[in-house]
Amino acid sequence: MQTLYISLALFLLLNLCAGMWRVLRGPSPADRMLAAQLFGTTAVAVLLLLAQGSAAALRDVALLFALLAAVTAVAFVKRAWPETDVEHDGE
Amino acid sequence: MEALSLLQWSFDGLLGLSLLWLAWQALVCTDLFKAVVLFIAFGLLMALTWVRLAAPDIALAEAAIGAGLTGALLLSALARSRVIQANGESLLNVPLAARKLQFRWLVAIILLIVAAGLGYAVLGLPPEAAGLSTEVAANLTLSGVGNPVTAVLLNFRAYDTLLEMAVLLLALLAVWSLGGLPQREAVTDPVLDSLVRLLIPVLILVSAYLLWVGADAPGGAFQAGSVLSAAGVLLLLAGWRLPLRLAQRPLRFALVAGTGTFIAIAVLTLISTGRLLEYPPAQAGTLILILEAVATISIGVTLAALFQGASPVHKEKQ
Amino acid sequence: MMVSDYLAVVVLILGAIFFLAGTLGLLRFPDVYTRLHALTKADNVGLGLIVIGLGITSESLVVAGKLLLIWLLVLLAGASVSYLIARAALHKGIRLWKR
Repeated sequence: MQTLYISLALFLLLNLCAGMWRVLRGPSPADRMLAAQLFGTTAVAVLLLLAQGSAAALRDVALLFALLAAVTAVAFVKRAWPETDVEHDGE
Repeated sequence: MEALSLLQWSFDGLLGLSLLWLAWQALVCTDLFKAVVLFIAFGLLMALTWVRLAAPDIALAEAAIGAGLTGALLLSALARSRVIQANGESLLNVPLAARKLQFRWLVAIILLIVAAGLGYAVLGLPPEAAGLSTEVAANLTLSGVGNPVTAVLLNFRAYDTLLEMAVLLLALLAVWSLGGLPQREAVTDPVLDSLVRLLIPVLILVSAYLLWVGADAPGGAFQAGSVLSAAGVLLLLAGWRLPLRLAQRPLRFALVAGTGTFIAIAVLTLISTGRLLEYPPAQAGTLILILEAVATISIGVTLAALFQGASPVHKEKQ
Repeated sequence: MMVSDYLAVVVLILGAIFFLAGTLGLLRFPDVYTRLHALTKADNVGLGLIVIGLGITSESLVVAGKLLLIWLLVLLAGASVSYLIARAALHKGIRLWKR
């Protein structure tokens, strides 16, 4: 089972590295930020896989990741991308 | 077993390579916002690295401060310098010609010498260096807690932690002395309100949990304090401001409480045993808990105030 | 290995496949709104399946409860943040992709 956990963790880490392309490319700041959100969720999954069996403390780290990713995203929406004008253009 | 260690090696190798690549990209790219997001991703991978190095306490602190709070702080700073235009495009792109450095070769040579020196020092270390861990393990029962990291931070080297608390306070005073722009929040939004209402109690509970569990498992005052400050940052982002009657004495009391309690206990131990910060083993556990609890509140309020930037009373004077 | 272990293996691998789907969506979809949609698939289903797989083989009910709590928090944060980012993108005038 440990082999399965670490190989899934490696697979998820590869996914995370592939997602970095979106941070480099993404035309708008939102693209970059939501790639960072995906990194956070993937890291939570990796930590939960690594925590199984031996290191139960890693679940606390996963809990922290989940919470702090939300705080970073709210900071992005409220500070870096505020709605200074509330017109409803676009769709 | 062979497949397992091969998988672990490739995991660690991929982690290390991505860290290097992220750091390079964050320094080289011209778009500041992209650099901030890359830095947040770097903090995330750094926390994973601490986990792989069997240091969950540091991983907790890195996740809370490096990936979370510093990310929010950098985004806020970026916004204040007005580098993001109204249509979402990033304004600040440093032109490449302006970044050419004179004597680049000299800087490169100096950096190579430093890197070579570091490599030589690291490779010269004995592979299984115990350091002081045997002494710490031998005296762990006398320290009052079960987690060796907490024992070192709050008992054996409590002097360092006292100075760190003072440094945090000084940093806040320095930021406050710079004055600051009052931050006007944009329209709030019901989904954000509900999210904040649900997350803040969870954050406070997690902070108290980390504080309590830090005695025997990874956790402790700094981690709990940074989670508390994340709750404060979330409140500030949602538009809440400290009510005026709480912004003067109570706020300042909360800020100084950590350092003040530390100094009080230092003086007490100096008077009673003649040595600085040497706790009697019977009361060590209780003393550490009191210190950690007050330090958590202080650190939380200090970091949240650092995020806000402007002193609340200063803003009201305008 | 017991039946629950086999079940856990299957569920974990399914969860990893959903994460792959989320990453592929992030890389390949044409605009912000569709990418947000792909992101939440990884959040909800991917992490949910992994939590179920790990919960089956966890050592106690308390641990399984903690895993469930982490998943619920990620769900809550993911849903709210997706809404906030999409709304901000709409206000900034980022156009929806039309074929």
